[in-house]
Amino acid sequence: MIRIRASGAILAQKESMTESLAITKISDLANPTRFLALAARILPWMAGATALLFAIGLYLSFTTEGDYQQGDTVRIMYVHVPAAWLSMMCYTVMAISAIGTLVWRHPLADVSHKAAAPLGAAFTLIALVTGSLWGKPMWGTWWVWDARLTSVFVLFLMYLGLIALNRALDDPSRAARVSAVLILVGFVNIPIIKFSVDWWNTLHQPASVVRLDGPTIDAEFLWPLLIMAVAFTLLFFTLHIAAMRNEIWRRRVTAQRRMAARMAGKEE
Amino acid sequence: MSHTFYIAMSYGLTALVALCLIGWVMLDGRARKRELAELEMSGIRRRSAPHSAGETR
Repeated sequence: MIRIRASGAILAQKESMTESLAITKISDLANPTRFLALAARILPWMAGATALLFAIGLYLSFTTEGDYQQGDTVRIMYVHVPAAWLSMMCYTVMAISAIGTLVWRHPLADVSHKAAAPLGAAFTLIALVTGSLWGKPMWGTWWVWDARLTSVFVLFLMYLGLIALNRALDDPSRAARVSAVLILVGFVNIPIIKFSVDWWNTLHQPASVVRLDGPTIDAEFLWPLLIMAVAFTLLFFTLHIAAMRNEIWRRRVTAQRRMAARMAGKEE
Repeated sequence: MSHTFYIAMSYGLTALVALCLIGWVMLDGRARKRELAELEMSGIRRRSAPHSAGETR
Protein backbone atom coordinates (compact mmCIF):
# COMPACT_ATOMS: atom_id res chain seq x y z
CA MET A 1 0.00 0.00 0.00
CA ILE A 2 2.78 2.37 1.01
CA ARG A 3 4.71 1.44 -2.13
CA ILE A 4 1.67 2.20 -4.30
CA ARG A 5 1.23 5.58 -2.60
CA ALA A 6 4.94 6.36 -3.03
CA SER A 7 4.90 5.46 -6.74
CA GLY A 8 1.75 7.60 -7.15
CA ALA A 9 3.54 10.55 -5.59
CA ILE A 10 6.56 10.04 -7.88
CA LEU A 11 4.23 9.87 -10.91
CA ALA A 12 2.48 13.09 -9.84
CA GLN A 13 5.88 14.76 -9.33
CA LYS A 14 7.01 13.60 -12.80
CA GLU A 15 3.78 14.90 -14.38
CA SER A 16 4.21 18.25 -12.64
CA MET A 17 7.84 18.42 -13.86
CA THR A 18 6.76 17.64 -17.46
CA GLU A 19 4.06 20.30 -17.20
CA SER A 20 6.47 22.93 -15.86
CA LEU A 21 8.95 21.98 -18.62
CA ALA A 22 6.23 22.56 -21.25
CA ILE A 23 5.35 25.93 -19.66
CA THR A 24 9.06 26.85 -19.61
CA LYS A 25 9.34 25.98 -23.31
CA ILE A 26 6.30 28.14 -24.15
CA SER A 27 7.53 31.04 -22.00
CA ASP A 28 10.95 30.71 -23.66
CA LEU A 29 9.24 31.66 -26.93
CA ALA A 30 7.85 34.77 -25.23
CA ASN A 31 11.42 36.03 -25.15
CA PRO A 32 11.90 38.05 -28.40
CA THR A 33 15.58 37.05 -28.67
CA ARG A 34 14.66 33.35 -28.56
CA PHE A 35 11.84 34.00 -31.04
CA LEU A 36 14.33 35.66 -33.43
CA ALA A 37 16.69 32.68 -33.16
CA LEU A 38 13.81 30.27 -33.87
CA ALA A 39 12.60 32.43 -36.81
CA ALA A 40 16.10 32.44 -38.35
CA ARG A 41 16.18 28.63 -38.15
CA ILE A 42 12.70 27.83 -39.50
CA LEU A 43 12.06 30.59 -42.07
CA PRO A 44 14.20 29.09 -44.88
CA TRP A 45 12.49 25.70 -44.46
CA MET A 46 9.03 27.26 -44.41
CA ALA A 47 9.80 29.34 -47.52
CA GLY A 48 11.07 26.23 -49.33
CA ALA A 49 8.00 24.17 -48.38
CA THR A 50 5.70 27.04 -49.48
CA ALA A 51 7.40 27.26 -52.91
CA LEU A 52 7.21 23.47 -53.38
CA LEU A 53 3.52 23.31 -52.44
CA PHE A 54 2.71 26.23 -54.74
CA ALA A 55 4.52 24.47 -57.61
CA ILE A 56 2.47 21.27 -57.06
CA GLY A 57 -0.77 23.19 -56.43
CA LEU A 58 -0.42 25.37 -59.52
CA TYR A 59 0.46 22.36 -61.69
CA LEU A 60 -2.69 20.55 -60.52
CA SER A 61 -4.79 23.73 -60.82
CA PHE A 62 -4.04 23.98 -64.53
CA THR A 63 -3.98 20.27 -65.45
CA THR A 64 -7.21 19.01 -63.84
CA GLU A 65 -10.45 18.87 -65.84
CA GLY A 66 -12.75 21.88 -66.10
CA ASP A 67 -16.21 21.82 -64.52
CA TYR A 68 -19.12 20.52 -66.64
CA GLN A 69 -21.03 23.78 -66.06
CA GLN A 70 -18.37 26.40 -65.34
CA GLY A 71 -15.70 25.12 -67.71
CA ASP A 72 -12.19 26.44 -67.04
CA THR A 73 -13.51 29.29 -64.88
CA VAL A 74 -13.60 26.81 -61.98
CA ARG A 75 -9.80 27.29 -61.78
CA ILE A 76 -10.41 30.68 -60.12
CA MET A 77 -11.62 28.66 -57.11
CA TYR A 78 -8.03 27.46 -56.43
CA VAL A 79 -6.92 31.00 -55.56
CA HIS A 80 -10.22 32.54 -54.42
CA VAL A 81 -11.20 29.95 -51.78
CA PRO A 82 -7.76 29.68 -50.03
CA ALA A 83 -7.53 33.50 -49.94
CA ALA A 84 -11.03 33.71 -48.44
CA TRP A 85 -10.21 31.05 -45.81
CA LEU A 86 -6.99 32.89 -44.94
CA SER A 87 -8.75 36.23 -44.60
CA MET A 88 -10.74 34.66 -41.74
CA MET A 89 -7.87 32.60 -40.30
CA CYS A 90 -5.61 35.66 -40.15
CA TYR A 91 -8.25 37.53 -38.17
CA THR A 92 -8.60 34.52 -35.84
CA VAL A 93 -4.80 34.56 -35.28
CA MET A 94 -5.10 38.29 -34.50
CA ALA A 95 -7.94 37.65 -32.04
CA ILE A 96 -5.87 35.00 -30.20
CA SER A 97 -2.94 37.46 -30.12
CA ALA A 98 -5.29 40.18 -28.82
CA ILE A 99 -6.24 37.91 -25.91
CA GLY A 100 -2.50 37.42 -25.32
CA THR A 101 -2.07 41.21 -25.19
CA LEU A 102 -4.99 41.93 -22.87
CA VAL A 103 -4.87 38.91 -20.55
CA TRP A 104 -1.25 37.76 -20.34
CA ARG A 105 0.53 40.88 -21.66
CA HIS A 106 2.63 38.47 -23.73
CA PRO A 107 5.57 40.43 -25.21
CA LEU A 108 5.06 38.93 -28.67
CA ALA A 109 1.26 39.12 -28.75
CA ASP A 110 1.02 42.79 -29.82
CA VAL A 111 3.87 42.24 -32.27
CA SER A 112 1.86 39.31 -33.69
CA HIS A 113 -1.44 41.15 -34.30
CA LYS A 114 0.31 44.26 -35.62
CA ALA A 115 2.33 42.15 -38.11
CA ALA A 116 -0.72 40.11 -39.21
CA ALA A 117 -3.03 43.04 -40.11
CA PRO A 118 -1.42 43.98 -43.49
CA LEU A 119 -1.25 40.29 -44.45
CA GLY A 120 -4.93 39.82 -43.62
CA ALA A 121 -5.84 42.91 -45.64
CA ALA A 122 -3.89 41.57 -48.64
CA PHE A 123 -5.52 38.11 -48.54
CA THR A 124 -8.99 39.68 -48.11
CA LEU A 125 -8.30 41.92 -51.13
CA ILE A 126 -7.35 38.83 -53.18
CA ALA A 127 -10.57 37.07 -52.05
CA LEU A 128 -12.73 40.09 -52.94
CA VAL A 129 -11.20 40.77 -56.36
CA THR A 130 -10.95 37.12 -57.49
CA GLY A 131 -14.51 36.60 -56.25
CA SER A 132 -15.62 39.51 -58.36
CA LEU A 133 -13.70 38.15 -61.37
CA TRP A 134 -15.39 34.77 -60.86
CA GLY A 135 -18.81 36.34 -60.28
CA LYS A 136 -18.94 38.28 -63.56
CA PRO A 137 -18.88 35.25 -65.92
CA MET A 138 -20.88 32.97 -63.53
CA TRP A 139 -23.47 35.29 -61.95
CA GLY A 140 -23.46 37.96 -64.63
CA THR A 141 -22.43 40.68 -62.18
CA TRP A 142 -19.18 41.92 -60.60
CA TRP A 143 -20.73 42.64 -57.21
CA VAL A 144 -23.93 42.36 -55.16
CA TRP A 145 -24.47 43.69 -51.65
CA ASP A 146 -25.48 40.30 -50.26
CA ALA A 147 -24.57 39.02 -46.77
CA ARG A 148 -21.38 37.10 -47.70
CA LEU A 149 -19.84 39.73 -49.96
CA THR A 150 -20.76 42.61 -47.66
CA SER A 151 -19.43 40.90 -44.50
CA VAL A 152 -16.10 40.13 -46.25
CA PHE A 153 -15.93 43.76 -47.42
CA VAL A 154 -16.50 44.85 -43.79
CA LEU A 155 -13.61 42.54 -42.78
CA PHE A 156 -11.37 44.29 -45.33
CA LEU A 157 -12.34 47.70 -43.90
CA MET A 158 -11.61 46.41 -40.39
CA TYR A 159 -8.09 45.36 -41.43
CA LEU A 160 -7.49 48.81 -42.96
CA GLY A 161 -8.81 50.49 -39.81
CA LEU A 162 -6.51 48.44 -37.58
CA ILE A 163 -3.46 49.26 -39.75
CA ALA A 164 -4.37 52.97 -39.60
CA LEU A 165 -4.88 52.83 -35.81
CA ASN A 166 -1.50 51.16 -35.25
CA ARG A 167 0.19 53.86 -37.31
CA ALA A 168 -1.74 56.71 -35.72
CA LEU A 169 -0.66 56.02 -32.13
CA ASP A 170 2.99 56.68 -31.21
CA ASP A 171 3.09 54.55 -28.07
CA PRO A 172 3.25 50.88 -29.24
CA SER A 173 1.88 49.41 -26.00
CA ARG A 174 -1.12 51.79 -26.00
CA ALA A 175 -1.72 51.10 -29.71
CA ALA A 176 -1.57 47.35 -28.97
CA ARG A 177 -4.15 47.55 -26.16
CA VAL A 178 -6.60 49.71 -28.18
CA SER A 179 -6.14 47.48 -31.25
CA ALA A 180 -6.63 44.33 -29.16
CA VAL A 181 -10.01 45.57 -27.87
CA LEU A 182 -11.11 46.49 -31.40
CA ILE A 183 -9.94 43.14 -32.79
CA LEU A 184 -11.95 41.23 -30.18
CA VAL A 185 -15.06 43.35 -30.79
CA GLY A 186 -14.66 42.85 -34.56
CA PHE A 187 -14.29 39.07 -34.18
CA VAL A 188 -18.09 38.86 -34.17
CA ASN A 189 -17.84 39.33 -37.96
CA ILE A 190 -16.03 35.98 -38.47
CA PRO A 191 -18.99 33.66 -37.64
CA ILE A 192 -21.22 36.09 -39.58
CA ILE A 193 -19.00 35.60 -42.68
CA LYS A 194 -18.90 31.81 -42.23
CA PHE A 195 -22.64 31.32 -41.68
CA SER A 196 -23.95 34.23 -43.80
CA VAL A 197 -24.71 31.81 -46.66
CA ASP A 198 -26.86 29.67 -44.33
CA TRP A 199 -28.57 32.45 -42.37
CA TRP A 200 -29.52 34.65 -45.33
CA ASN A 201 -30.56 34.16 -48.93
CA THR A 202 -27.39 35.05 -50.85
CA LEU A 203 -26.10 34.82 -54.40
CA HIS A 204 -22.94 33.17 -53.02
CA GLN A 205 -23.05 29.37 -52.89
CA PRO A 206 -23.19 27.60 -49.49
CA ALA A 207 -20.12 25.81 -48.03
CA SER A 208 -19.01 22.82 -50.10
CA VAL A 209 -15.77 21.77 -48.34
CA VAL A 210 -15.97 22.54 -44.60
CA ARG A 211 -19.31 20.85 -43.82
CA LEU A 212 -20.49 18.50 -41.08
CA ASP A 213 -21.53 15.88 -43.67
CA GLY A 214 -18.19 16.07 -45.53
CA PRO A 215 -17.17 17.86 -48.74
CA THR A 216 -19.67 17.83 -51.61
CA ILE A 217 -17.00 18.81 -54.12
CA ASP A 218 -15.54 16.17 -56.48
CA ALA A 219 -12.06 14.79 -55.64
CA GLU A 220 -10.84 16.09 -59.04
CA PHE A 221 -11.28 19.65 -57.69
CA LEU A 222 -10.79 18.93 -53.99
CA TRP A 223 -7.12 17.87 -54.14
CA PRO A 224 -5.77 20.92 -56.00
CA LEU A 225 -7.91 23.10 -53.73
CA LEU A 226 -6.55 21.52 -50.54
CA ILE A 227 -2.92 21.68 -51.74
CA MET A 228 -3.34 25.34 -52.70
CA ALA A 229 -4.98 26.00 -49.32
CA VAL A 230 -2.00 24.48 -47.47
CA ALA A 231 0.40 26.47 -49.71
CA PHE A 232 -1.45 29.73 -48.97
CA THR A 233 -1.51 28.91 -45.23
CA LEU A 234 2.24 28.23 -45.20
CA LEU A 235 2.81 31.46 -47.14
CA PHE A 236 0.83 33.34 -44.50
CA PHE A 237 2.75 31.83 -41.56
CA THR A 238 6.13 32.37 -43.30
CA LEU A 239 5.28 36.04 -43.94
CA HIS A 240 3.79 36.45 -40.48
CA ILE A 241 6.90 35.15 -38.71
CA ALA A 242 9.14 37.30 -40.95
CA ALA A 243 6.96 40.39 -40.35
CA MET A 244 7.04 39.73 -36.57
CA ARG A 245 10.85 39.51 -36.74
CA ASN A 246 10.93 42.85 -38.62
CA GLU A 247 8.64 44.45 -36.03
CA ILE A 248 10.91 43.28 -33.16
CA TRP A 249 13.92 44.73 -34.99
CA ARG A 250 11.97 47.99 -35.59
CA ARG A 251 11.24 48.29 -31.86
CA ARG A 252 14.86 47.62 -31.01
CA VAL A 253 16.00 50.33 -33.43
CA THR A 254 13.56 52.80 -31.82
CA ALA A 255 14.68 51.83 -28.29
CA GLN A 256 18.38 52.11 -29.20
CA ARG A 257 17.88 55.50 -30.88
CA ARG A 258 16.06 56.73 -27.77
CA MET A 259 18.93 55.44 -25.62
CA ALA A 260 21.46 57.20 -27.90
CA ALA A 261 19.49 60.47 -27.61
CA ARG A 262 19.44 60.16 -23.79
CA MET A 263 23.20 59.49 -23.73
CA ALA A 264 23.82 62.52 -25.98
CA GLY A 265 21.64 64.66 -23.70
CA LYS A 266 23.63 63.60 -20.62
CA GLU A 267 26.95 64.38 -22.32
CA GLU A 268 25.75 67.91 -23.12
CA MET B 1 -14.44 39.06 -72.50
CA SER B 2 -13.47 35.37 -72.60
CA HIS B 3 -13.28 33.09 -69.57
CA THR B 4 -9.50 32.94 -70.07
CA PHE B 5 -9.37 36.69 -69.36
CA TYR B 6 -11.08 36.24 -65.95
CA ILE B 7 -8.80 33.30 -65.04
CA ALA B 8 -5.62 35.14 -66.13
CA MET B 9 -6.66 38.28 -64.23
CA SER B 10 -7.39 36.26 -61.06
CA TYR B 11 -4.05 34.43 -61.07
CA GLY B 12 -2.16 37.55 -62.19
CA LEU B 13 -3.60 39.69 -59.41
CA THR B 14 -3.02 36.98 -56.78
CA ALA B 15 0.62 36.65 -57.91
CA LEU B 16 1.06 40.43 -57.89
CA VAL B 17 -0.32 40.85 -54.34
CA ALA B 18 1.69 37.85 -53.03
CA LEU B 19 4.91 39.16 -54.64
CA CYS B 20 4.30 42.64 -53.23
CA LEU B 21 3.86 41.13 -49.74
CA ILE B 22 7.02 39.03 -50.05
CA GLY B 23 8.98 42.02 -51.40
CA TRP B 24 7.70 44.33 -48.65
CA VAL B 25 8.58 41.87 -45.86
CA MET B 26 12.06 41.20 -47.33
CA LEU B 27 12.92 44.88 -47.94
CA ASP B 28 11.59 45.90 -44.52
CA GLY B 29 13.69 43.17 -42.89
CA ARG B 30 16.83 44.28 -44.73
CA ALA B 31 16.28 47.94 -43.81
CA ARG B 32 15.78 47.15 -40.10
CA LYS B 33 18.83 44.85 -40.07
CA ARG B 34 20.94 47.60 -41.66
CA GLU B 35 19.71 50.16 -39.10
CA LEU B 36 20.58 47.83 -36.22
CA ALA B 37 24.04 47.20 -37.69
CA GLU B 38 24.62 50.97 -38.09
CA LEU B 39 23.60 51.62 -34.47
CA GLU B 40 25.89 48.86 -33.28
CA MET B 41 28.79 50.24 -35.35
CA SER B 42 28.31 53.61 -33.68
CA GLY B 43 28.58 51.88 -30.29
CA ILE B 44 24.89 51.91 -29.31
CA ARG B 45 23.89 48.50 -28.02
CA ARG B 46 20.97 47.10 -26.07
CA ARG B 47 21.79 46.64 -22.39
CA SER B 48 20.83 42.95 -22.61
CA ALA B 49 22.62 42.37 -25.94
CA PRO B 50 25.43 39.77 -26.06
CA HIS B 51 28.90 41.27 -26.27
CA SER B 52 29.93 39.54 -29.50
CA ALA B 53 30.71 41.74 -32.50
CA GLY B 54 28.25 41.91 -35.42
CA GLU B 55 25.33 40.45 -33.41
CA THR B 56 22.08 41.94 -34.72
CA ARG B 57 19.61 39.38 -33.41
